[in-house]
Amino acid sequence: MITRARILEQAAQLRARFEAAGAQAVETPILQPAETLLDLYGEDIRARAYITSDALRGEQMLRPDFTVPVVQKHMEHGAEPARYTYAGEVFRRQEHDPDRANEYIQVGYEVFDRTNPAAADAEVFALIAQALDGLALRAATGDIGILMAAVAGLKTTEPRKAALMRHIWRPRRFRALLDRYAGRTPVPPARAALLAAADPLAGGAPEIGKRDRADVEARIAVLRADAAAAPISDNEMAGLDALLSVRETMPFALEHLRDIAVDLPQITPALDRLEARIAALRARGVDVDRLDFEASYGRTSMEYYDGFVFGFYAERRPDLPPIATGGRYDALTRRLGNGAEIPAVGGVLRPGLMLLLAESEI
Amino acid sequence: MSLKLGVPSKGRLMEKTFAWFDKRGITLSRTGSDREYAGRVDGIEGVSLVLLSAGEIPRELAEGRIHLGVTGTDLVHEKLPLWDQQLQEVAQLGFGQADLIIAVPACWADVDTLDDLDAAAAGFRARHGHRLRIATKYHRLVRDFLTHAGVADYTLVDSQGATEGTVKNETAEAIADITSTGETLRANHLKILSDGLILRSQATLWRSRTAPLEAADKQVLELLLDRLAK
Repeated sequence: MITRARILEQAAQLRARFEAAGAQAVETPILQPAETLLDLYGEDIRARAYITSDALRGEQMLRPDFTVPVVQKHMEHGAEPARYTYAGEVFRRQEHDPDRANEYIQVGYEVFDRTNPAAADAEVFALIAQALDGLALRAATGDIGILMAAVAGLKTTEPRKAALMRHIWRPRRFRALLDRYAGRTPVPPARAALLAAADPLAGGAPEIGKRDRADVEARIAVLRADAAAAPISDNEMAGLDALLSVRETMPFALEHLRDIAVDLPQITPALDRLEARIAALRARGVDVDRLDFEASYGRTSMEYYDGFVFGFYAERRPDLPPIATGGRYDALTRRLGNGAEIPAVGGVLRPGLMLLLAESEI
Repeated sequence: MSLKLGVPSKGRLMEKTFAWFDKRGITLSRTGSDREYAGRVDGIEGVSLVLLSAGEIPRELAEGRIHLGVTGTDLVHEKLPLWDQQLQEVAQLGFGQADLIIAVPACWADVDTLDDLDAAAAGFRARHGHRLRIATKYHRLVRDFLTHAGVADYTLVDSQGATEGTVKNETAEAIADITSTGETLRANHLKILSDGLILRSQATLWRSRTAPLEAADKQVLELLLDRLAK
C-alpha cells in the first residue's frame, strides 16, 4: 500500500539527496497569482490547472508546477550561481482521463548557472538518473534549441520565421505553416480572393470591436508581402524534415545531425552544444551510447523548454505518465526577469510513481 | 420508486418535447399553477416527470438522479467530458437544432479560417498588449477545439447571454456561441469562420448509465423505450 506518508518520506529523501548535491531547499506558496501563469501559457493552462478566486486578490491558481515560482524567487533575490531543491504538491486538472492524479507530490532540482551550460545539463540529468537507479525506465532526450536554430536561420522572411517560432510547441500548426510557406498547400479560396481584391475593405460591413481597421490593414499588408515572397526551398524543407525525424542513440544522432547541417548550416552552434553535452554526460558516467535522442522530443509539453529536454518512462507501464521530466528554460528566466536573464535547467521527479514501480517490480 | 424523466422546465424546448412524446402516445403536462414546477405523465404507468433547467439535466443524468432526460448535445458535451461513459443517446428529437460556431466581425476582411484567427490573435496581442478575447459560455468545448487547431494568443471570457453583443461593446473581439439561422449573428455584424464549426447540436433524449434501476423500473424503462422507438 503506497500511503501518503510513504510518498512524503520518499520525497524528503530525494530532497535531502539534492541538498547533499549542493542545492538549497526552497518553499513556494501553493496559491499562485493566476496572471503570471496565464500570461505565460495562455488559455491552455486553464485546462490543466485549478483556478480559484476571491474578491480581493482576484484569480489564483493552485500551483501546477514549481518552476515558475522558483524562477521568480531567484530573479528577485537569488545569488549566482544557485541550485535549488523543493518537494511538495502540484495540482493538475484532469478532464479526459479519470485515472490520472489531479494532485501529487513532486520533487525538483533546478540549476541557475551561466558558466558551463553543458555541465549543468549533465549535472541535472545525471542526478535524476541516479535517483531513479534500480527502476526499469527508458530515458528519452531531445533538444528544442536545434529546431529553433534551424527556424531562425531559414532563408525566408522574418514574419514567417516569427510565425514558425511561435508554433514550435504546436507541431500540427507548425507543419501546416511550413507546408504553406513552402508552397505545398494550395492557397485557400478566401485568401486568394482577398489578395486579388483591389480594395478588400470595400465590403461595407460596419467597423465594430477593438480589432480595428488598422489591424486588418496591417495583416493584409503582411499577407500581400507573404504572397510575394519566394517559397521556402526544397533543400531547406528536406533539411527540416530530416531534422524532425532524427531518432537514434545520442552519438549517432549527433553524427546524423552533422550531415543535416550541410543543408542547414545554422544549426551548427546548437550541435556544438549537443556535442559538449554528450561529453559532459559521459564525464558524469552516463551511458550516452545507449541514450535515446529524438529531435522532436518535448514539443508537446508546456512551452518553456528551449534547449535540452528529457523524460524517464516506465517501460512496462506505458499507461503511466513520465516518472521524471526536465529541461533547459533560458527564455523563461528572460520573460520573468524584467530584463534580467540567467541560463537555467532543472528537472522533477514523482516519488509516488517511483514507489508504485518499485513495488510492482519486486 | 418510479422511473424519472427530466424535461426542460420552460419555453419552446419544453413545448416541443411535450409534443414529441404526445405523438408517441405519452402525454406530459405541467400541473398546478403556471409557476409551479410539477408535472404528470399519462399514457404509461410508473414514470414521473421532473421539470428542470435544461442546463442541469446533463449533471442530473450523470449523477443518476434521473433515468431519462431531454437536453441539447451542446450542453451534454460541454458539461460532461466523459459523457459517453455516463450517458447513452436514445433518440435525436429533430428540434432545437443549433451549431456551436466561432464568429468574428464581418469587417475583418483578412479573417476567414482558424489559421487567420490565430495570425490575427498574434498581431492583436502585439499591438494591443493583451490576448484576443473570445466570449462564450462553452469554455471546455471551445478551448479543446482551439487547442486541437493550434490557435494561440487568445483568451476566453465568460458570457452567459447576449454574447453577440460583446464585440460591439468591446468586452471581446470574437465569440463562440450557438446559432440556428445565423440571423442574430448577421444583425450584430458578425460572420462565421469557414472552418469554425465546433459542434452540431439538437434536442436529444438521453438515458443515464448510472441511475439505479429496480426490477419494476427496468420493466417500465423497456416498455417506454419500446413505445418511443415506434
